[in-house]
Amino acid sequence: MSEPVRRPIRANEPTNRLIPSERFAARTAGMTASEIRALFAVASRPEVVSLAGGMPNLAALPLPALAEEVADLVARDGQVALQYGSAQGTPELREQICEVMAVEGIRADPNDVVVTVGSQMALDLVTRIYCDPGDVVVAEGPSYVGALGSFAAYQARVVHVAMDEHGLVPTLLRETLSALATRGVTPKFLYTIPNFHNPAGVTMAVERRSEVLQICAEYGVAVVEDNPYGLLGFTGRVYPALRSLDRDVIYLGSFSKTFASGLRVGWALVPPAVRDRLVLAAESATLCPPSFTQMLVSRYLAGHDWRSQIKTFAEAYRERRDAMLRALETHLPPGCTWNVPDGGFYVWLTVPDGVDTKAMLPRAVTARVAYASGTGFYADGFGSRQLRLSYCYPTPERITEGVRRLAAVLESELDVIRTFGSPSRPNLGPAPARNGPQTPSPHTP
Amino acid sequence: MGQNAAVTERTVAVLAGGLSHEREVSLRSGRRLAAALRETGTSVREWDVDAALVERLRTDPPDAVAIALHGGEGENGSVQAVLELLGVPFVGTPAPACRRAWDKPTAKAELARAGLCTPDWVALPHTTFRALGAQAVLDAMVDRLGLPLMLKPDQGGSALGAHLVTDRSELPAAMVGCLAYADTVLVERFVAGTEVAIAVVHDGAEPRALPPVEIEAVGGSYDYSARYTPGAATFTCPARLEPSVLKALEEAALAAHQLLGLRDVSRTDAIVDASGQVQILEVNVSPGLTETSLLPIAARTVGMELGELYAALVERAVSRETTAH
Repeated sequence: MSEPVRRPIRANEPTNRLIPSERFAARTAGMTASEIRALFAVASRPEVVSLAGGMPNLAALPLPALAEEVADLVARDGQVALQYGSAQGTPELREQICEVMAVEGIRADPNDVVVTVGSQMALDLVTRIYCDPGDVVVAEGPSYVGALGSFAAYQARVVHVAMDEHGLVPTLLRETLSALATRGVTPKFLYTIPNFHNPAGVTMAVERRSEVLQICAEYGVAVVEDNPYGLLGFTGRVYPALRSLDRDVIYLGSFSKTFASGLRVGWALVPPAVRDRLVLAAESATLCPPSFTQMLVSRYLAGHDWRSQIKTFAEAYRERRDAMLRALETHLPPGCTWNVPDGGFYVWLTVPDGVDTKAMLPRAVTARVAYASGTGFYADGFGSRQLRLSYCYPTPERITEGVRRLAAVLESELDVIRTFGSPSRPNLGPAPARNGPQTPSPHTP
Repeated sequence: MGQNAAVTERTVAVLAGGLSHEREVSLRSGRRLAAALRETGTSVREWDVDAALVERLRTDPPDAVAIALHGGEGENGSVQAVLELLGVPFVGTPAPACRRAWDKPTAKAELARAGLCTPDWVALPHTTFRALGAQAVLDAMVDRLGLPLMLKPDQGGSALGAHLVTDRSELPAAMVGCLAYADTVLVERFVAGTEVAIAVVHDGAEPRALPPVEIEAVGGSYDYSARYTPGAATFTCPARLEPSVLKALEEAALAAHQLLGLRDVSRTDAIVDASGQVQILEVNVSPGLTETSLLPIAARTVGMELGELYAALVERAVSRETTAH
């Protein structure tokens, strides 16, 4: 040792005075680096067929016309578009949002609409105003990973309720709420994605919708309906929103899938009693949503045939779904099952017994294919035998190649599992007997 | 260091990213290294390793390349071999020595042959377990090495795929998890003790060891999350060990660096067991340079900033190539 006196230091320590990480709030404890996120960094390379992300396909957007709109917006209304605005959103866009929601049977007052930076912000704000640490939120199992992240950020506990091929199962919802009630627990709300569910791909049957609302009303549980995919069905059928059946439902909507995700424009439609609290929460979060993107969306809705554009999007997604389903049928090894979505972005795949899709992901990345492993869609460690495949972004040819690679990965993983025996892990349901499209496996918390 | 007139005129390409499992870490290392070099006045380009790289090196040749790649081609000698092929000076270990150090069983065998302590181990491919029967082979491993065991992919870093096995029943899942990263698994006797990392830099006449950095993972395990989440591990430099142990650590790292033929910079990870014995776990040819990485901490402890260190190594690389021609 040449230097006997050295000052002990810590990483990230700019001076002795402050180690920022030691001052983080307890609610950020889960916000850590992870192997899974590290692997997704590789998925961004073009060599990798990513079936993981839910990026909308924007190829069909009329970009030259939008470029003209942007230029004209700045030239004519730049003083307003580039200025602060109302915390609740522009009145014009809130009126247009009501027209969009009317397609799904919702009659709404623009005064009850709060425009947000994507519906993710709406979800974050709703959780913020409803949930104290330890409060319970009921959600489908599986559920949207971004919602689970919001709930975790506010230290809410999530209790999952299973779905079948017709969506959330009312009897299981009642059982869950009853069991919670006997423990003196009233969940703050039910979070549900009734249409073309992310990640499960299923749609709540119309006849179940009133029943779900009724059960929640009985137990005094609010309902938060998240509906980003509702207009992206493949059969032409539009399902009635839960909000169209009950004015107390908190409804979350988004232009991310029906127009442009990069604009980050979403909204919440809330009962008047909730609205003011939500607007104040929004104001403290961002002061106001961006005027520029709101006004651009307004121009798009006013000057373009947005209904036809949504049909064009849906047709592109249907073509990609078909490519994925064909590839799954052709390539996957025995013992795999999946749902057949009628809209939206996702296929939910159950793999053979013994395979842990999270543990398998490095093998997949090595083989240049990526997916979202199932455990990320549960708050309680379930989902190890499931994975989500997104067909929204890659071309049909890339989807086929991605599934072919995934099939080879599964074969290799099964080979290793056969060597060492089936590791003991929490799984969902029995091993399926044969290949093919099926319903999501039952899940009981 | 200090010859700033020469240093400030250099153009350096920092290679980061690639397609390995450690791409994210590499990008973070690359960003930090690039920023640090710019602070010295060096002109820096940040390049990913992709199909455009060779053309870039030909048409827009830098004075030297600094490799901030982790895992795969960046550490197994492949990128180094291409740079040697193109005659591009680079900071770091030549290709053949990279290959030796990258393969953990090969490196451990060389260290052990030279009398350096490394935890007892066995490395086997999946095909061997399949052919001979996993249960029998695993039983033999446990009989020989005992429990707990550390399982690691035979190649790779950042603790990706590493599993601590404390009970025999955990072995199958750990093997499956480990083999998702590589075809061969390194099974090592677990050594409890003080975890340390010792960087070796060759920025002067002779390679020298920097003060050992002691690592304490807040959650107990220095896994991927603990490595790259600020605050998830604490680092003390120099390690709070007896002077004689610190000296032994530095000597071991220097010996490993020279024995494996490493050049310019390396990092040796080690455990000091309860008896004070230094056990080398592995040697890295491309140490992490992120905000939570160990080499920059050790360098700062001796009053050296990362950019300053790498600017000096760049000068060595350039003069090495000039001398060679």
